Amino acid sequence: MKRFLLKGVIKDKGRSLLPIIVVATGTMLTVVMYSWLTGIMGDSIRMNANFNTGELKVMTKAYAADAEQFPNDLAILNADTLLVELKEFEPEVDWVKRIRFGALADFPDANGETRGQAPAVGWAIDLFNEESKESARFNLQESIVQGVMPVNTGEVLISDELARRFEVKPGESFTLFGSTMDGGFAFYNLTVSGTLLFGATGLDRGAIVMDISDAQKAFGMEGACSEILGFLPYTYFNSDKAEAIKTIYNQSVDARQSEDEFAPVMITLRDQAGMAEMVEYTDFVSRIMVFIFVSAMAIVLWNGGLLGGLRRYGEFGIRLAMGESKGHIYRTLLFEALLIGTIGSIVGTVIGFLIVLYLNIHGVDMSGMMQNSTMVMPTVVRTAITPTTYYIGFIPGIFSMILGNALAGVGIYKRETARLFNELEV
Amino acid sequence: MNHLLRRYKKSLFTKLLTAFIIGGATTFPVEGSCQDGKAILNRVDQNLSSRNQIAESSMTIYGRRSSRTITAKSWTEGDQKSFTEYLSPASEAGTKMLKLQGQLWIYTPAADRTIQISGHLLRQSVMGSDLSYEDMMDDRKLSDVYDVTIAGKDTIDSRGVIILELTANVNDIAYYRQKMWVDSERFIPLKQEMYARSGQLLKRAEMKNIKRVENRWYPSLVIYKDMLKEGKGTEFRTNTISFDQQIPDHIFSKASLR
Repeated sequence: MKRFLLKGVIKDKGRSLLPIIVVATGTMLTVVMYSWLTGIMGDSIRMNANFNTGELKVMTKAYAADAEQFPNDLAILNADTLLVELKEFEPEVDWVKRIRFGALADFPDANGETRGQAPAVGWAIDLFNEESKESARFNLQESIVQGVMPVNTGEVLISDELARRFEVKPGESFTLFGSTMDGGFAFYNLTVSGTLLFGATGLDRGAIVMDISDAQKAFGMEGACSEILGFLPYTYFNSDKAEAIKTIYNQSVDARQSEDEFAPVMITLRDQAGMAEMVEYTDFVSRIMVFIFVSAMAIVLWNGGLLGGLRRYGEFGIRLAMGESKGHIYRTLLFEALLIGTIGSIVGTVIGFLIVLYLNIHGVDMSGMMQNSTMVMPTVVRTAITPTTYYIGFIPGIFSMILGNALAGVGIYKRETARLFNELEV
Repeated sequence: MNHLLRRYKKSLFTKLLTAFIIGGATTFPVEGSCQDGKAILNRVDQNLSSRNQIAESSMTIYGRRSSRTITAKSWTEGDQKSFTEYLSPASEAGTKMLKLQGQLWIYTPAADRTIQISGHLLRQSVMGSDLSYEDMMDDRKLSDVYDVTIAGKDTIDSRGVIILELTANVNDIAYYRQKMWVDSERFIPLKQEMYARSGQLLKRAEMKNIKRVENRWYPSLVIYKDMLKEGKGTEFRTNTISFDQQIPDHIFSKASLR
């Protein structure tokens, strides 16, 4: 019976072609839109995690209260001890020390006096340790426009925009001017080893990336760090796992140092400015897209089913007259819908996937729209190919087709045998 | 560093004294009176401003973890020239700061660089204190940049004070409005509040240990509090000060930074 229905669907194009086109189009749109949004939001979340938030972050309570201002006077003092404790506490998490700072980059003229200066936002990370994944997290090697990675103390990477603005070439020096951890003047001479283009407007304006040992010297933070970031061993942010680690850690710290404002406190990516909204927004948009698509497609396919039902009004009548039960006709109608939905979903997913693959490889340059953006977002937006990409289109494609036909097929039950023969003019 | 104190010293004495002597012992300036307020502000300026001055001072900054004290020696001439050399602690010793015609440079031996401070950086805190570079830069007489009215009378530390309301009459100024409690006999501010144009209270200063220095009254301790940040404030002590000295011109040159 199923093969019979399949043959009917394939051979009777009048019955199946339009619904397949509609389902395929909808499925394709779902696949592309889902991958597009997942790509934008996923890249932004990952980029923020790598640069700023980590998936877990440990700071002093006092620092955490004003973390966005990088209050290094409230930083973690015995950073190495705490790092060891964290590695023992949760060995599968990659814990890393970071120093964040805001400072003035002062570029000298031939006489050593100020030629130009600009505010800079700095990341001090573990650059010189070969086992460190920090360089990869910042995608440094691939982001270098001129010069090379720092290999010696005192060498740093600066944003290419900053370098161009002040006509600085690799090998030239500048002075970082800021405040030491105890509030004193921090003047520290650095050499540009290379320039960076991250592809995120917020970062490319005035970023400086240096080894953490240089920042410790520059800002009088020997043995200290602003924050310790943790990265879970999963491809995507695992909110439940992060929350569980945070809860256990904070409970253990509170039991020992609840009154100490410089006691460490752990937060997750979701606890940081805007990130919870971003994670929830991504989930919400995915769900709402599927819901809207299913609803819209169901209405379209209901309408299509009604039209098909009208066209097949005679056929259903004859089948009823021949003694076929209404339930059987209804079930065959739904099975046909399943077949058409499946075929349409496969076609739509394949076409959608090809589009997604193209956008994933080539990306879309949206830098023109982000010139004034301060968010850490990639300027070249790419679609994301995840396991969900392969099946997301099937949910609305099949469901809406079946729902549409189920609604349209209700008419079968309203046919009355007494009127049937009149209708068929028997 | 020392010259920042001078912005809190301006004249009020003359008018008040005139009113007091000519108008009778019980005569105080009338509330809301601009004319009397101006005279008081002039007296404050006479106490706090001078042709030049040399001072040694110490600044104690109270942080959330610890406090530290920085000592410095300053040479100031008028409201356009100032030179400060930091003497201690060791990490700051040898750092020098020069103000010339509204421009500010800092030299540090650690980096052997002279860096100009300008733009928004002038609003930043100096060494984690409650004072900004802008505070240190402005040596103009109060009577030159503020219109003044008398807002009332009060008592601070058992001393009668006249409350002045100052409103800026120039645009290039850090605080659009100030409220000043001026000692009614010595014409020295005992308390000051500095406000933004929006009305937000930005800073508060309390002058203590008022001493007679040469022919003027001078606060040897000023406690500054940046109201926008936490902390106990910054204590600024003038350990020694002398007015109207002979200061060589080369002090106020960029060459003296190195």
